[in-house]
Amino acid sequence: MLMNSKKIIQVEHLKYEYPQSNQHLALNDLSVEINAGEWVAIIGHNGSGKSTFAKSLNGLLDLQNGSIVIDGLPLAMETVWEIRKKIGMVFQNPDNQFVGATVEDDVAFGLENQGIERAIMQTRVTDAIERVGMTDYTKREPSRLSGGQKQRVALAGIIAQQPEILILDEATSMLDPEGRREVLETIHQLKQETNMTVLSITHDIDEAASADRIIILDDGQVVDQGTPAEIFAYGQRLMALGLDVPYPEKLKAALTTLAVPMPSEYLTTERMVDYLWTLHSKM
Amino acid sequence: MDITFKDVSYTYQPGTPFQGLGLEHVSLTIESGSYTAIIGHTGSGKSTLLQHLNALLKPTAGVVQIGDREITPETNNKNLKAIRQKVGMVFQFPESQLFEATVQKDIAFGPQNFGVPEAEAMARAIHMVELVGLPADVLEKSPFDLSGGQMRRVAIAGVLAMQPEVLVLDEPTAGLDPVGRREMMALFTRLHEEQGMTIVMVTHQMDDVANYANHVIVLENGQLAKSGTPREIFADPAWLTAKHLGLPTTTQFAQALIQKGFVFDQVPLTEHELAAMLQAQLPSKVGERRE
Amino acid sequence: MPGDSILHRMDPRAKLVASFYYIGIIFLARSWPAYAVLFVFTMSLVLISKIKLDFFIKGVRPLLWLILFTVLLQIFFTRGGHIYWQWGFLTLTRYGLLNGAYIFMRFVLIIFMSTLLTLTTPPLSLADAIESLLKPLKAIRFPVYEVALMLSIALRFVPTLMDETTKIMNAQRARGVDFGEGGLFKQMKAIVPILIPLFVSSFNRADDLATAMEARGYQGGEGRSKYRILKWQTMDSLAMVAMAILTVILIVLR
Repeated sequence: MLMNSKKIIQVEHLKYEYPQSNQHLALNDLSVEINAGEWVAIIGHNGSGKSTFAKSLNGLLDLQNGSIVIDGLPLAMETVWEIRKKIGMVFQNPDNQFVGATVEDDVAFGLENQGIERAIMQTRVTDAIERVGMTDYTKREPSRLSGGQKQRVALAGIIAQQPEILILDEATSMLDPEGRREVLETIHQLKQETNMTVLSITHDIDEAASADRIIILDDGQVVDQGTPAEIFAYGQRLMALGLDVPYPEKLKAALTTLAVPMPSEYLTTERMVDYLWTLHSKM
Repeated sequence: MDITFKDVSYTYQPGTPFQGLGLEHVSLTIESGSYTAIIGHTGSGKSTLLQHLNALLKPTAGVVQIGDREITPETNNKNLKAIRQKVGMVFQFPESQLFEATVQKDIAFGPQNFGVPEAEAMARAIHMVELVGLPADVLEKSPFDLSGGQMRRVAIAGVLAMQPEVLVLDEPTAGLDPVGRREMMALFTRLHEEQGMTIVMVTHQMDDVANYANHVIVLENGQLAKSGTPREIFADPAWLTAKHLGLPTTTQFAQALIQKGFVFDQVPLTEHELAAMLQAQLPSKVGERRE
Repeated sequence: MPGDSILHRMDPRAKLVASFYYIGIIFLARSWPAYAVLFVFTMSLVLISKIKLDFFIKGVRPLLWLILFTVLLQIFFTRGGHIYWQWGFLTLTRYGLLNGAYIFMRFVLIIFMSTLLTLTTPPLSLADAIESLLKPLKAIRFPVYEVALMLSIALRFVPTLMDETTKIMNAQRARGVDFGEGGLFKQMKAIVPILIPLFVSSFNRADDLATAMEARGYQGGEGRSKYRILKWQTMDSLAMVAMAILTVILIVLR
């Protein structure tokens, strides 16, 4: 796998306490390493520190302790703007991150901040909008877009900025299933085209299943990590970790109580279907 | 208390260039004591229909009968309060309706508007906080100091405190984490089963429809596309897929099994149902040991 | 108001400057011929815009009482010329009538012109024009860029907050609040359950938006490039020339 590739995110001993939180640490000695090109899902129940972690990576929070190195660059006052260029973030609420008055203005916003020349800006904006399939909506105002479309515009803004890392902070949690599917498809396609490093903070089982690695946070610490197959094998325990139980695991549990023999490892939908069919053939 | 739509149409801003159709010739009945799910795409008329259930909107044609009250286009806007007390409505992201200084006062706000004396309304609030599964110490807190999930419970408690006969919920679990979603759905099941409350829920989660509802209304472009029991609605997976409405995960999984060669005599809706159907077609552990 | 006329396509700066200038030179007119010229000029612009006259008349309606009041004041309190009628301190004179008519014309012309500006120019373009025109103020450290961004974000959030208000109102009506019923005190009280949630949500939105902007590298107006640019075309220069000619005509006819 990606064992020998470059470490793009190196986080050591992060500590963060929100003001007025009575010394409850949102991040408690958190250390994580993420490889370039890796897709990592971060899960955990509400209040486990997931979003705090995401916001600390590009200096949106002032840490009390610890070090963050992004693409070889240590996060500090002097490097924060350079690091923000390397990280694109999509947040939860589609409405509250739409800065521009129209789709194209919003996509251009990040480029304007970097002072990029207008001619380059134009081609990048047009290209980015096309890649998320929003070309027909270029001049639309946000109030006339669906939630899924707004999140795709946010993704286009990130594509235009060409960062190394994409952070999704519960980016699909406020969308309807259709919007969620649209956005997830766009992310998959993006990942394929650019091989960006993706860090997704999520409760969504499909989003987590897309990852190479799942990291579980609790009380501001990494409590466990593994491939989706390893983590999904936890079955009912996943619920408490802030993730839905994958359907094959639910069915496995239901069948086990009915004394049907079931393997202990995690089975994807396809493998579960195959397994059941093989079992059926033995009858 | 039954709610019946008789040939109801609703047009937005009639006679202006912004005229738009919300509902078109909709006839349906939401029976007392039912657990009704309303499904359909964004823009299918779900929210318009919802707002007719407690007379926030009046039909531009047809009649909505709510209990013994008839709402027609001519109905006066006054004296609709009795309806709003009987049909409690929880909007999407209801936490945004909180405004009082304390949780207790906010929950007591609704009942007081319907003439319940302050002391009684405050007492109801204590009970409601417990009912929605919040610790008693939140009563004196500002609702704005709570987490998003807790705020939503407070908002729901505020509607329940009105002691409605019908509870209308617009995507009540949107944006919650899995545990929050499960607890929320359990609360509605409790209200339905223990208090016999009529539940009307707009949802995109077909699993919830399959697991909890006993009546489904499918809307499309402001019209009633289908209605019936979940089993009747999900009996035609091709129809639902064509309409991009999705299927319960179990039904979808069963489709894959059917393609392999499994045969089921009816559409399975929940994993337990599917497991039972599969058990009959699979060797059991006991059988294996015997080999 | 969507549309596609020469006026819609003009540079918003030209339209903004021309409209203000026009409103200024209306005050030069002090004779019937001058007002006739202005009237014909304005009506031609209305024709060119291809916008129905109804929209302009609607613009006058809310100000009707103010206009009538001012006109009557002029008619009855201006003295001079032939006196037609007198009753106590009220006099109806030739100058009075003339002044009243002029004032009326002025009001109508100003309203028509500003309606024309707002109906042919999207608010966002106006914000762009204001930014561009205020640029010289940068010299005295006026935060031109920030003001323009504020304006554009405010405009962008108007529909969002309108939706939010409707939603909150519906939610409170469902909890038994009567809007528009009862005495003044009761009505004022009914506003609280709307205003507080609206404020809270606006602050939350602002907070989220600030975070999102920062994450996208926003650090103030310095060193930013601009995606949206304004283009000054021949038409816009012609408009300026037209204004100059109009000024000369008005001076001659006054």
